[in-house]
Amino acid sequence: MVEQTDIRVVRCGGSKICFSTFLICASGDSVKVFSTRTEECVHVLHGHANQVTGVALNPANHLQVYSCSLDGTVRLWDFIDGILIKTFTVGYKISSIYVSNKHIGVIFIILPMQKHFQLVAVRLPSALEQELEARELSAVLSDVSPVPACTAFGQGVSPSCLIFVCFRFKLKATDKKGARNAFTCVACHPKDDCIATGHQDGKIRLWRNFNQKKEYTYSTQHWHHNAVSALCFSPEGMHLLSGGVESVLVQWHCKEVNKKNFLPRLGGAIAHICVSPDGQMYSTSHTNNKITIISSFRVSAVIQGLVKGAKNKLPHLMIDPRTKALVLNGKPGHLQFYSLERDKQLYSLDIVQQEYIYQAGLDQFEVVKAALDGTASWLATVEQRGSKISSLEFSLKLWSFNEKAQSFELNTTITAPHQNMITAMCFSPAMDTTMLVTVAKDDQFKVWLLGSDLDEQTSWSCEHLGSYHGLQPTNCCFSGDGSLLAVSFAEVVTLWSPDTWELLTTLCQPPGTIEDLCFGRLSCSKYLLGTTTKNLLCWNLLTCALEWSTSMDVCVLRTDPLSENVAAFCHNSGKTDLFVFRPSEPRPLFTQKAVCVGRVQRCIFVPREDPLDSCDEWSQWLNRSRLHFLTEQMELLTFSTRAEDERILNSRKELLVDDSVAMTPFYLLLGKHRQQQQEKQTSVPSQAADRAQLPQGCVAIRELLHTPAHVLPPASFLCSVFLNSLLISNTDEKELPEQEVDSEKEEVDSEEEMEMNNGPQGVRTQGSVGEAPPSLSRAEEKELRRLRKTDFSWVTSLTSS
Amino acid sequence: MGEFTVHRVRFFHYMPSAVRALAFQPQRQKIAVARTDGSLEILNRADHLFQEKVIPGREQRGTEALAWAGQRLFSAGLNGELVEYDMQELREKYRLDASGGPVWTLTCNPQGTRLAVGCEDGTVKLFEVCDDGIQFERNLAKQKGRILSLSWHPSGSRLVAGMAGVIWVFDAGTGQSVHRLLVERGTGAPRSKECVVWSVVCLSDGTIVSGDSSGNVKVWDGDTGTLIRNHQVTKWDVLALSVSQDETSLVAGTSEGTVVQFQHLSVVLGREDKEWVQTRTFKNHTHDVRAVLELDTAVVSGGMDTQLVVRPLLDKIDVKTSASALRKIHFPHRRLVSCSRTNLPPLSRPSRGTRALQLAGEEHICCSALSPCGGWVVVSTVTNLRLYRLQCDETISITKVTNQICFSSDSSYLFTASTCSSVHVLALSQSGCTFVCTLKPKSCSGQAILLLTASDDGKWLAAANADHEVQVYNLQKRKAYCTVPVYSSGVTAMSINPATNNLFMVHADQQIFEFSLEQKQYTDWSRLVHRKGLHPQWLERDTPVTNVTFSPRNPAHVILHDMYMFCIIDQTLVRLPSVAKLVNQLTLRSLPEKERRAHSHAFKICKTFKELLFVELLEDQSLVVIERPLLDITAQLPPPVRQKKFAT
Repeated sequence: MVEQTDIRVVRCGGSKICFSTFLICASGDSVKVFSTRTEECVHVLHGHANQVTGVALNPANHLQVYSCSLDGTVRLWDFIDGILIKTFTVGYKISSIYVSNKHIGVIFIILPMQKHFQLVAVRLPSALEQELEARELSAVLSDVSPVPACTAFGQGVSPSCLIFVCFRFKLKATDKKGARNAFTCVACHPKDDCIATGHQDGKIRLWRNFNQKKEYTYSTQHWHHNAVSALCFSPEGMHLLSGGVESVLVQWHCKEVNKKNFLPRLGGAIAHICVSPDGQMYSTSHTNNKITIISSFRVSAVIQGLVKGAKNKLPHLMIDPRTKALVLNGKPGHLQFYSLERDKQLYSLDIVQQEYIYQAGLDQFEVVKAALDGTASWLATVEQRGSKISSLEFSLKLWSFNEKAQSFELNTTITAPHQNMITAMCFSPAMDTTMLVTVAKDDQFKVWLLGSDLDEQTSWSCEHLGSYHGLQPTNCCFSGDGSLLAVSFAEVVTLWSPDTWELLTTLCQPPGTIEDLCFGRLSCSKYLLGTTTKNLLCWNLLTCALEWSTSMDVCVLRTDPLSENVAAFCHNSGKTDLFVFRPSEPRPLFTQKAVCVGRVQRCIFVPREDPLDSCDEWSQWLNRSRLHFLTEQMELLTFSTRAEDERILNSRKELLVDDSVAMTPFYLLLGKHRQQQQEKQTSVPSQAADRAQLPQGCVAIRELLHTPAHVLPPASFLCSVFLNSLLISNTDEKELPEQEVDSEKEEVDSEEEMEMNNGPQGVRTQGSVGEAPPSLSRAEEKELRRLRKTDFSWVTSLTSS
Repeated sequence: MGEFTVHRVRFFHYMPSAVRALAFQPQRQKIAVARTDGSLEILNRADHLFQEKVIPGREQRGTEALAWAGQRLFSAGLNGELVEYDMQELREKYRLDASGGPVWTLTCNPQGTRLAVGCEDGTVKLFEVCDDGIQFERNLAKQKGRILSLSWHPSGSRLVAGMAGVIWVFDAGTGQSVHRLLVERGTGAPRSKECVVWSVVCLSDGTIVSGDSSGNVKVWDGDTGTLIRNHQVTKWDVLALSVSQDETSLVAGTSEGTVVQFQHLSVVLGREDKEWVQTRTFKNHTHDVRAVLELDTAVVSGGMDTQLVVRPLLDKIDVKTSASALRKIHFPHRRLVSCSRTNLPPLSRPSRGTRALQLAGEEHICCSALSPCGGWVVVSTVTNLRLYRLQCDETISITKVTNQICFSSDSSYLFTASTCSSVHVLALSQSGCTFVCTLKPKSCSGQAILLLTASDDGKWLAAANADHEVQVYNLQKRKAYCTVPVYSSGVTAMSINPATNNLFMVHADQQIFEFSLEQKQYTDWSRLVHRKGLHPQWLERDTPVTNVTFSPRNPAHVILHDMYMFCIIDQTLVRLPSVAKLVNQLTLRSLPEKERRAHSHAFKICKTFKELLFVELLEDQSLVVIERPLLDITAQLPPPVRQKKFAT
């Protein structure tokens, strides 16, 4: 159910054979392995049942990684192949993990103990089983901070002497009056006995001389103007990296204290910093769910997840129909287009077009409203600065989609479109006109139309201005076909005809101000739904009377564009319940109590690519579209059915059996071609049959190809043995020449035969399946032939395509 | 305590001069401070940094360098002369021309037998320290350019000299140069601007540390003459360096007003190889730090902003005491102002405002006094003493050396302290003054008298000297009467109570004594105070009491003041501040009636006035308060070096 909670980098891993290739980060319930070159997610390591809190490379084997989670387990993964190796059950919520080179087989974790947190050493049992219980705990330190940055491991002089730095100094350091010198993070020098600490007031202190006589001494560096949130030494100890809310990575030179380099404008407050083991790459993770990879002190790659701003200001979530991307607030002043399927930000649209200054207390422009029209060719945004009327500054911007550039372009900017701030905005869904309605606190609603003049430059202008008895409008909504506009004025809902701008009727149901409004869809389009703080109301527009009403505190109301369903999230004593219903019948289709803690902020129905065909009454409403919602903690959650889960699980298993190779572009190219060839040679149409035939033929090759290169004996040695084994079987074969000719023919005009083959394929399938058992050696031989051919065909297919 | 009419006086434009050099004498824990006006101060580190002795300077004779040779103190200045000081008589013993042009630096070898002098003409001159003076020994190889800094190797065999762009290492035995270390300009510095080595330090393992005008502290290997490590400390100059006795810590004073500490630490614990690592930075000055001293547990620094800062190194101090607090010394620990009880304006000592003091000539004034009747002013320099009668501009000049002057209460006698702890008595009349007699103590310690006070009835005279002894003379019999028991700490202020003839003394460690002259013993009140002990907050104050007076109406009220507060002690109240907090009058007034009674005590403290130079209660119950705000002093200083501040 949880899709995305929190991304943070904990340690950057990489094979030491060449440059660091992989970046490992904890993301929600899983651990993600990214390629530092292509920014692609290579593996997602699933298995933890709760949020993953820490990742650490296994010091004994640099191809393995430990991860710890709140579910009380520590898991050991092979991150190259994405395989779970071992699971150690600890049984407590683990909030961070540390490893030390000097202590092989022991990990250090932080556990909650009654009131405070405790640092505990765990000896990992070395049995062979997959599932192990690690019960050998020994407390090292109590009363430590659960924040991972607040504990660090140093290189002790002897294995018995360790340096742990925690919040121990805190009491001593904060003695001085008025100084904000509480510790925020700590890092240990990899070679020297030197500890760097970051402080609340932005200072970095380098502590030295930790002998028994307490004669430690420190030097202070100051550049950050806010708290230092992350510190990291380079592996050789030449540099110290620090970051904070300024979104500037500072590189300090340890030998020359006054020298420092800056990498500014990283686009978000820095939360964590890590360095690859070879020291060539740095990686910073930001509070807005972004990972930046920095090589040679220049940004080389950016991995952007769902940007989590301080608060999503948009009143609705939107789906861009073109890209199926979720549109929401991104970076400050930006709108982000976020692909739900790939968990990746597609692009970010700069709305405010001003440099954002990372400083607390500054009042800067924010995108507060956004609306897309039905075909996503127009985007309307409202940006606003200031909250009081006297200092209020806001403007309405209209963006048109440029097909050529495949992005939105600014068409019209209307500064101060209303006297007071805009509370709601919507496009007319009618096909023939492009119309925008804005509702503001100045007791008016305005209708904006695209200018129809013949000039090349079309722009928007105000068409109509409406008000109702000087009441303050709260919301507006068009009916599904665009023939009716509903505007709620305090306790009254008014219905207007968009053609003539005449007030058709008013609906009133005191008490309570109308907060949300929406029309029913499809067969239920005669209903109008409204919410007040206490009630959910449904009017029948044909009779202009209240159809039904229930008493519930609806926080979000949303209709499914592809069905009649309406989702309502109701806040009830700290929890939120979900009701899915049709306006025509007040009985809910689906209810789930306590979906999440706190109020649900936003929700949206996202149309599915391929509808499900679930017949289960309870899950039918999920057939056409998926429901996503944002919680108070800005977590994006969704609903899924059991069938769907199973399908995902199955596909994952298939992947594991079938392709234990990384899905690199190279593999796709080669692998696809191999499949094609197999199809041609054996003419097996379905994958199932194909798989049935594979095992015997390919075992040797598979082993050869899929064993990591550094484990294999030298290629010269392998090659002769391998080829010899194949050649012996060849001597018995007689059909060989014919088939070879056959297949070569196929090679030549493969493109045309692709279509031609369709007919006889069925016949051949039977034949080949029947022949398979007797000719064991032939299968091998085919493989050899195929191998020999692979090189040529690969090139030809490349050139032909 | 009642209310007073306050004369808040700020017309005394006292301006201290900048600190130029510091020298430390480890055996006796004395710190010598040389100021740019040529005056010299001796602070006793063992006695709460009390400013024991002051030797006034002269115009045109600025001091550039100071050096202790054993117990003897030498100084040198740009007038090209070496000076030895007489520490007992508080004056110059002799001057000697070094005959090498202006002297920039002076240093004594650790054995205390030889002085090295760096001169303008590029020579380093060695002087032998003899019993009765110094003797020129030899010149080291002459270099081009002036010698700006010098340092002896602790063994005394080598001498390191810093010049513009070069550091020379000399063999003290042969006088030949051993190494020549080139000091590069900092990157970005103009080509024409040479890098000046302002300060060098030679360590016992042969390492040489230099501070230069491009803001670097460089660590050199003295045996091979190679640069080991360069620390860019500031963009401006590094002016002074000082190393601790055990050579584990080094401090550098910069033009920015910061003092940077370096420590000799092993990079990995337990390993032998050590490095000089830049650790702490102290920023207590606004202007150039011209002189620093590293004293193992504290760093003393002084510079252009005229204050002396004692910054404790907290890692060396285990117990939190008054020694672990930061101390700043702004004003001299003596009374600069005297005031007559009649309604005449008070007179200040080195003031330029009054006409009489313009006559003092090029020698600096060492003390002055105003007679209680207001008719006489006496001013003394190192060499002569002048007596002025106010209103008629008549001067009477007496060529007598004096350290301290005091008038009798009826203005008929003038007491001047003289050599060998003796006091001369002069009778004043309308026609002039006549010498009456000389009072000599029973046992002569030879130390100069620092404080003199006469009783109101003209019977007693008390004199305190630098050895912490207080002699009492009977003026009627004109001979020594008794000696107050010697206390370990110096007397900072004393006065004789007019009603009871008790001698009231305040010491540098803030202890208070009252000695009955008639009974020759401490009074009951004094015993009570010591039995109960003074309040810790009273003892933790870091400026000494500089004046003691008595209320004219009620002599049981003693008025004391230091730089930050004045206090009236009611001797009739037995209750001493024993409660946890020493409450001052302002907070006491804000308390409710019940609590006020619980908190009230014999020490009435007022902190309304800041930076006090003088407080006196006049006959008509009006209070004269002379303030010298530190901001006014700072405003008169030259502008500091420009620094780029964040967001400016």
